[in-house]
Amino acid sequence: MATIIVEVMLKPEILDPQGQAVASALPRLGFTFAKAVRQGKRFEIEVEGTPTDDQLREIEKAAETLLSNPVIETYVVKVEA
Amino acid sequence: MRIGVVTFPGSLDDSSALRAIRVAGGTPVPLFHASDDLREVEAVVLPGGFSYGDYLRCGAISRFAPIMSSIIVAAEHGFPVLGICNGFQILCESHLLPGALTRNEGLHFVCTDQPLIIENTSTPWTSGYTKGDRLVIPIKNGEGSFQASAQTLAELESEGRVVLRYADKNPNGSKNDIAGITNARGNVVGVMPHPEQAIESLTGPSIDGLKFFTSVLQSLVGR
Repeated sequence: MATIIVEVMLKPEILDPQGQAVASALPRLGFTFAKAVRQGKRFEIEVEGTPTDDQLREIEKAAETLLSNPVIETYVVKVEA
Repeated sequence: MRIGVVTFPGSLDDSSALRAIRVAGGTPVPLFHASDDLREVEAVVLPGGFSYGDYLRCGAISRFAPIMSSIIVAAEHGFPVLGICNGFQILCESHLLPGALTRNEGLHFVCTDQPLIIENTSTPWTSGYTKGDRLVIPIKNGEGSFQASAQTLAELESEGRVVLRYADKNPNGSKNDIAGITNARGNVVGVMPHPEQAIESLTGPSIDGLKFFTSVLQSLVGR
């Protein structure tokens, strides 16, 4: 069994108020390292066996049509054994 | 004149939209997300709410409801569609309208009586207004910040496709103070404010929203 990871992030030009809120909360707890924070989503999709090229193409399609909105987001697909 | 209102799992303002259609003089027709039957309506309203709990992204899952496949085909042939709040988000996710609605600047859920300016009166939903009319209509959303690429914004502006703009103060960080837009053909309109909540002085801040519904009835009669 393999896990396919799809990570979705807002495009850099899209305002991320959630990331900003996290960035402003960090120093309140004494964490002063963060210059900026962007928040995204991670999907873990389990599949039987090693994913085939066809399956990966399907996942790319799903990432583009459902898991992300290409107007405001980008995505990355990775496979974990 | 039969106007449909779709109920999705998590819709909130469907009964208000049905009521607004009745008050405007139309015949309100409830439509259900799980059926692809438009029940011979001549226009449709996608109401506000939190369809599918806003899971994934607002409107992202509703887009794949059976009723939406019928609405998308009809809209491409000129059928009037109005998306209000969550309905606007669904129209963007369905690619019937460009851009996307994202989390409000400042993260606040904004619930207020919002001053607005009518910019486009050529759509079936706004033909009863005069360009420059100032309206006060409630807004109530957490993800109402309209975002689009610079190219899309330039297209919307140059083609006069901004229907409604926030006046006085931009409540959520929407680009160009955009509160509502239309598609190139002008039959599909999405607005973040809730015209169906401003149709009677007893319950709304004004009756400024009623003309969305009287306009579409008038446009359909005039066909």
